[in-house]
Amino acid sequence: MNNASLPAPKQKDKIIIEDPQARKRRMKKYLTAYAIISPWLIGFLAFIVGPMLASLYLSFTSYDLLSGAEWIGVQNYVQLFTNDPRFINAIKVTLVFVMLSVPLKLAFALFLAFLFNTGRKGSSIFTTVYYIPSIIGGSVAIAVVWRRMFGSDGAINAFLERFGVEPVSWVMHPDHALSVLILLIIWQFGSPMIIFLAGLRQIPSDLYEAASVDGAGALRQFTHITIPMLTPVIFFNLVMQTIGSFMTFTQVYLITEGGPMERTNLIAVYIYRTAFEFLKMGYASAMAWVVLLIIAVITLLLFLSAKYWVHYEAEGGR
Amino acid sequence: MIYPILWMVASSLKPNYEILGDTAASLIPSTFVWSNYTDGWEGFGRYGFDTFFKNSLIITSLVVIGTLMSASIVAYGFARLQFPLKKTLFVCLMGTIMLPVQVILVPQYILFHNLNWVNTFLPLIVPAFLGGAPFFIFLLIQFIRGIPKELDEAATVDGCSTIGIYWRIILPLLQPALVTVAIFSFMWTFDDFLSPLIYLNKPELQTVALGIRNYMDAESGTNWGPILAMSTLSLLPQFILFAFFQKYLVQGVATTGLK
Repeated sequence: MNNASLPAPKQKDKIIIEDPQARKRRMKKYLTAYAIISPWLIGFLAFIVGPMLASLYLSFTSYDLLSGAEWIGVQNYVQLFTNDPRFINAIKVTLVFVMLSVPLKLAFALFLAFLFNTGRKGSSIFTTVYYIPSIIGGSVAIAVVWRRMFGSDGAINAFLERFGVEPVSWVMHPDHALSVLILLIIWQFGSPMIIFLAGLRQIPSDLYEAASVDGAGALRQFTHITIPMLTPVIFFNLVMQTIGSFMTFTQVYLITEGGPMERTNLIAVYIYRTAFEFLKMGYASAMAWVVLLIIAVITLLLFLSAKYWVHYEAEGGR
Repeated sequence: MIYPILWMVASSLKPNYEILGDTAASLIPSTFVWSNYTDGWEGFGRYGFDTFFKNSLIITSLVVIGTLMSASIVAYGFARLQFPLKKTLFVCLMGTIMLPVQVILVPQYILFHNLNWVNTFLPLIVPAFLGGAPFFIFLLIQFIRGIPKELDEAATVDGCSTIGIYWRIILPLLQPALVTVAIFSFMWTFDDFLSPLIYLNKPELQTVALGIRNYMDAESGTNWGPILAMSTLSLLPQFILFAFFQKYLVQGVATTGLK
């Protein structure tokens, strides 16, 4: 037996001289660990970190893929904020879109989660049926359906006409096009709903029992137990949905194509067009960085606000 | 709630004039136009949906395989092994889940362009083998944390190596989670529109999603029946998977929200 298996002496204020063999074994352990995570590490460096740095560099250049990148300093950024009303409009439209679609979607998801949590028979079938739109909602097929259903001679108008509502070209009307897209986002409330349901089922029932012993009614139990216990899940959904909603692309690109009058020209579509249709790749990179900063600030604000309204069960817990 | 889906299936069997106007909302076609499916399958150009489905299936199955392999082993590393900078790298991993794809879209395109990978399936497939789906890594880390550590320790005592533990202990116990990952990965890749749109410009390389979009661009207004027929077909794999594996899907989603 060598003494490597003995625990290393722990003494304060003394340099611990490690057994070289134990050191060697530890190094080998670390190398194995790095080898094991290396697929991700390589991908992370090659496809995330590298491109991000490249993107930062490109944002200070004029680059169209055909000729080399030409350094132009902060000109792209200046242009974005002072001389590109389309960009300012895209940011505005995106913020409106996010601020309407996310709360409505989550409210809907939360409401139905409460409804299904009462545990009536058949509610699990409903849960799964309501979950389907979440799975297929981002597909091209559903975009095709939406575009056709909300067209001026589409199913929605045919239905509304029975109630005497004048037909409107929903997709092409400047005041309605964004609502059509928001409706599609809300329609996919299934996955936050399932996360809410799982959260609801994790609330220990003895909390409710204790509360009813203390004479708390259903409403007080709801506001004092259910909602506070659910805040971590609400927070998770809020962060994930906000980021996701910010970058909505496929549906907008296919249903309204950013129109009419740029009323639905969400920033993801505008970045795509700038880069791949107008081939202004440097300019698009600058745009992407501004958007990343906006998202980072919003996320940071959400995390900072969490201190005031999100309740975690035990301090110092995971 | 599922009206749009029913409408799609019903309309895919309607004659074109019934998809529009007064009869648009109805869910029962007056006559069943099965030829919408055969017409649609032929597509509009030189390449039909047989090509598009084949392309989609090749890309999707390779992505699923790559994701399963890379995500499971990387998750094992993060969940069980100790190494320097682990905390920092974990934060990076979580950060990439939230990173908007638009930020890296342009330089990634330039990278793949310089590698001469544009108009091949490689830009869509290779990242999957290199942990390109951090969300799934996170999901599997959560699952592995639920596996008792005593099993690893017992195996170590019995002389099992680090890789051996992954192969003999973790992987078999991870099977339900891997099914979840496989299904999600399949559905998302099959649905994906942005990457094929950017990287696959040749008609013979296009996926189902791209095919439908181009079909809509080329013939909307005159030919909605076949377009909707192909849309319905494109969702068929999703519906089949959902019917058989809904439990895994629901559990998978529920797990992500609860640490």
